[in-house]
Amino acid sequence: MGMYNDKVVEHFMHPHNVGEIDGASGVGVYGSPVCGDMMQMSIKVNDEGVITDAKFKTYGCGSAIASSSIATDMIIGKTCEEALKITNEDVIKELGGLPSVKIHCSILSEQSIKAAIYDYAQKNGLEFEGLKDFDPNADEDEAESCEVPEA
Amino acid sequence: MSEKRNVYLDYSATTPTKPEVVETMIPYFTEKFGNPSAIYTIGANAKDAIDDARAKIAELINADPREIIFTSGGTESDNWAIIGTARKLQKKGKHIITTKIEHHAVLHSCAELEKEGFDVTYLNVDHDGIVDLDELKAAIRPDTILITVMMVNNEMGAVQPIAEIGKIAKEHNIVFHSDTVQALGNVPIDVKELGVDMISMSSHKIYGPKGIGAIYIRRGYNLPEYIYGGAQENKKRAGTENVPGIVGFGKAAELARINFDAHVKHVSELRDHFVKRVLAEIPHTYYNGSREHRHPGNANITFEYVEGESILLYLDAKGISTSSGSACSSKSLQPSHVLTAMGIPVVLIHGSIRFTFGDPTTMEDVDYAVDSLKEIIARLREITSMNVDLS
Repeated sequence: MGMYNDKVVEHFMHPHNVGEIDGASGVGVYGSPVCGDMMQMSIKVNDEGVITDAKFKTYGCGSAIASSSIATDMIIGKTCEEALKITNEDVIKELGGLPSVKIHCSILSEQSIKAAIYDYAQKNGLEFEGLKDFDPNADEDEAESCEVPEA
Repeated sequence: MSEKRNVYLDYSATTPTKPEVVETMIPYFTEKFGNPSAIYTIGANAKDAIDDARAKIAELINADPREIIFTSGGTESDNWAIIGTARKLQKKGKHIITTKIEHHAVLHSCAELEKEGFDVTYLNVDHDGIVDLDELKAAIRPDTILITVMMVNNEMGAVQPIAEIGKIAKEHNIVFHSDTVQALGNVPIDVKELGVDMISMSSHKIYGPKGIGAIYIRRGYNLPEYIYGGAQENKKRAGTENVPGIVGFGKAAELARINFDAHVKHVSELRDHFVKRVLAEIPHTYYNGSREHRHPGNANITFEYVEGESILLYLDAKGISTSSGSACSSKSLQPSHVLTAMGIPVVLIHGSIRFTFGDPTTMEDVDYAVDSLKEIIARLREITSMNVDLS
């Protein structure tokens, strides 16, 4: 399908883990409809700090949906600390590559993972090393300009 | 849902070349390959074929054949008309009036002139996508040398009041150009009634080949040459003529003239059926652009809560080809400048899709597209993170 590889196509045509978790441990939203993409990630975390379930809802283009889908696959079974280490490059690598104009879509999923874990940490009075630079309101600044990072 | 089928709904992007057009072109690649500038017979025959095509294009727009110059397409015609006129008249003034909804062939030509010190006014459009004549009149200055306004918008199909603009331009003695690429074959064009000095045309939008177009230059208006190197096209446009392309364009123009009424009736019936069904059967959808003054085969629809590129990809998977105003489907990542100018909120522009219908489109194609859209929009609204209350 044009500029996307088969794995990306598979993930946006048949995304995994779509929806919301009832009684989620944490829910995070990142992005803005004005900028054309917004992702909501909900996670279930067990007593050992392991993410046992993750679901997403995404408004956005094909690569935003594909990045969201694969991000949920990538974090299930990981501890929060491990999940926080996932970067947008990891998401791109797992997808087998994204067109350069779509790199920003992978940032959406990285930030949504962090936003969901941030929410979980806030609710439970926890602190994570991987969240020390996380700004939960970063996307609000972004919404003003919709600046696309240079690929 | 019926079986998957290939449904092309992007006729404003380009059209398939009609088989009878291809047939007329083929001899000019092979046995009739002569250079039209040569004096021997096969050269002269090629020259005759060009003149025949020129007459057919002239007839479609009620022009004199001598007023038609072949170019490589709509983009070259727009560039030439605008940049050529500006440079010619710059001693008289350096102000140009255009609109915010022009094709980039016009907008980028104007941007280039701004770098050279020209001043360009970009007229607004109303919510229907149509320019305001009072705003145009108010924008005219003593140093205004050119007005360029498209006849039919490529994204949402609004038809501009070109004849009225022509009168205003004439009253003020200002050169008037119109990009009629989308209008040709779809709305009547009579250059005398429109009062235009120049119009741009393209072959591949009217079932002719790509890489060929024309510019109409009214007799009495002297547009300086733009491509140098030979005496072709009445010394206006150098370079050995694209004879097969010209012949094909001529045939396509002839067919467009003969089939005009049937074409307009066919595509408008399909379009109206499509729009009626989509608006009735898919909630939270909006029809963008004028209903009254509109390209007969254009529908531009916003699907709220979903993003255009994902709609295009899901449609493509169903075999349906369309295009979007969404930023995410454009290489520039900018939302459509046309829908922005109409005052449509950015969030709705992201979910806007253009469907354009053509002669080969059938009612079955349209119904398949609507059935597919219903399924796709429902699915994407399950995935979307926007709060959707579809009750």
